[in-house]
Amino acid sequence: MDEIQSLMHGFGVALTPTNLMLMFTGVILGVIIGVLPGLGGANGVAILLPLTFSMAQSPGGQTSAIILLSCIYWGALFGGAITSILFNIPGEPWSVATTFDGHPLAQQGRAGAALTAAFTSSFVGAFIAVIVVTFLSPIVASFALEFGPPEFFAVYLLTFCAFIGMSKEPPFKTLAAMMTGFALAAVGTDPVTGTLRMTFGSVHLLNGFDFLIAVIGLFGIGEILLTLEEGLAFKGASARIKLGVVLETWKELPRYWLTSLRSSVVGCFMGIVPGGATPASFMSYGVARRFSKNGDKFGTGQVEGVVAPETAAHAAGTSALLPMLTLGVPGSPTAAVLLGGLLIWGLQPGPLLFVEQKDFVWGLIASMYLGNIAGLIVVLTCVPLFAAILRIPFSVIAPVIVVICAIGAYTVHNSIFDVWMMVAFGVLGYLFKKLHYPLAPMVLAIVLGDRAEGSFRQAMLMSQGDMSIFFANGLVGGITTLALALLLWPLASWIWRSVRG
Amino acid sequence: MAKHAEDSADTRPAFLTKTAELAVAGLFFLVGAIVIFDSVRLGAGWADDGPQPGYFPFYLGVIICISSVINALRSLPLSGPRNRAFVERGQLRLVLAVLVPSGVFVGLVGWLGIYVSAILYIALFMRWLGKYDWWKLTAVAFGVSISFYLIFEIWFKVPLPKGPLEALLGLD
Repeated sequence: MDEIQSLMHGFGVALTPTNLMLMFTGVILGVIIGVLPGLGGANGVAILLPLTFSMAQSPGGQTSAIILLSCIYWGALFGGAITSILFNIPGEPWSVATTFDGHPLAQQGRAGAALTAAFTSSFVGAFIAVIVVTFLSPIVASFALEFGPPEFFAVYLLTFCAFIGMSKEPPFKTLAAMMTGFALAAVGTDPVTGTLRMTFGSVHLLNGFDFLIAVIGLFGIGEILLTLEEGLAFKGASARIKLGVVLETWKELPRYWLTSLRSSVVGCFMGIVPGGATPASFMSYGVARRFSKNGDKFGTGQVEGVVAPETAAHAAGTSALLPMLTLGVPGSPTAAVLLGGLLIWGLQPGPLLFVEQKDFVWGLIASMYLGNIAGLIVVLTCVPLFAAILRIPFSVIAPVIVVICAIGAYTVHNSIFDVWMMVAFGVLGYLFKKLHYPLAPMVLAIVLGDRAEGSFRQAMLMSQGDMSIFFANGLVGGITTLALALLLWPLASWIWRSVRG
Repeated sequence: MAKHAEDSADTRPAFLTKTAELAVAGLFFLVGAIVIFDSVRLGAGWADDGPQPGYFPFYLGVIICISSVINALRSLPLSGPRNRAFVERGQLRLVLAVLVPSGVFVGLVGWLGIYVSAILYIALFMRWLGKYDWWKLTAVAFGVSISFYLIFEIWFKVPLPKGPLEALLGLD
């Protein structure tokens, strides 16, 4: 039971007064970010990432920095449920499915019960996912130590094919967005030969497009523009959680243990295989509706209909860190931003992290347990406060968020050109969102582009340009085959549908 | 009647979905074409020491171009009621009401620094779209700007762009 020992060591690292304070700060910031329109997990973490640059330079600071940022992520996951239930506005894409039963419950005056159920099941989902991360990631990491460039490229291929195969958006739109992400990543100095690519003489493009700028623009500014179309006012149910309601709901929740368990499995699976929290929440809502005794009443305000998507979303969001830590392949945009943080702090995500940076890895995993407990305490006690934020009129909150995004974009490289890029990405984000071009694969492609290309070219060098290296042995062949199967999945299901008429 | 006419002017489409689909597909095609062009310039083949710098991007560009053509073709059959408004006039006005001032704000940052620009931007935005009293918007604009100063410059020691006013106050 090496893992238990490592975990206990991790608790020792994470349980310092500074780190505990950072945990609560992170969770509170995260919930605020999750509640505000235009700010979400991915761009919230991206904006606050520059604040950790100096923090990460002190000894042990990298662990504190990742604790702060990951807790912002947990907070954002919790926060999405508040807006979904009270205002019928999903603060985050993964909480869309929570609105189906959460908002009807609030309209019936049972907002407290809905919120308690949402928070508690988020916590349960995250907790199960952290246990999975604790015991599975050392195994995956030791397995991945044997990986060479062909294997890594196969994993990248699997990641991106999974997006095409599992995305609800049209496959060719996913493909166009993703490949554009790769192309943006290729701009600047070629990592292998040092040649300048696609800079067209511009000094600003020497270092290429920074994905943090893209994330802040696409998700932040783009989201604000979208929210604006809905008008300037929010109307919502009032929120107070009384202790009695909490205890009553907790008494009711064990009834749905099977739904919770099923949703956690769906969530963990979708988080590790890069599907992400959003499809996980929808899938688990669908599964719960099919298997529940009250399935036909779903959508009218069933507590079970809140439990299912929230458990899955939080489980997926948490387990998305597993491939990020062990393979260097993030399972969600927010995990991608965290990966970017690791790189900036000088850590190399991947299997070696578990050998060389034990303090960091186990401190982070331990903080995932603690951060979610902190999150549950914060959201249960502070809901009225967070709901009040949403009552601030949009004409006040919108310019403040734009200023925050601009500061975030500026601080990445201290460059005003980046702020212009952010505005441009914002317009793109608005257009893409409206036309159903998915943003997540694009962001992941910008983050992973150089590494994917690097491993591809190394593999090609090893084999002298022979593609059969991706089928050279059972391991790499298996991953590549799985990737191609996922890639062709939309085609297969299209043929199946046409044949059946 | 006048009210009704105004409503329908607001809900009239500014752009139809098909137009937007074709425009964005065209944009993607352009990006793909630029990528192919530059990759060919750098060499998209195989050199003695392995793949040339343009090898990987070349195929990216090809896939982008093919996908954008397919996306454009798929949007062509959109017509009649299925070709809905991409954005209504009223909505577009609101979107531009945020986008244009944001652009002006970013332009001002390089000149006045972020704090003064933020004060002007927040105050004018609240005045224009929210019709707030002067004292309210002054309080919010200054409050936000000063708290950003305290958080970024003092607490986290992250310098933000400053302008002539900060130089005058000796805060630079």
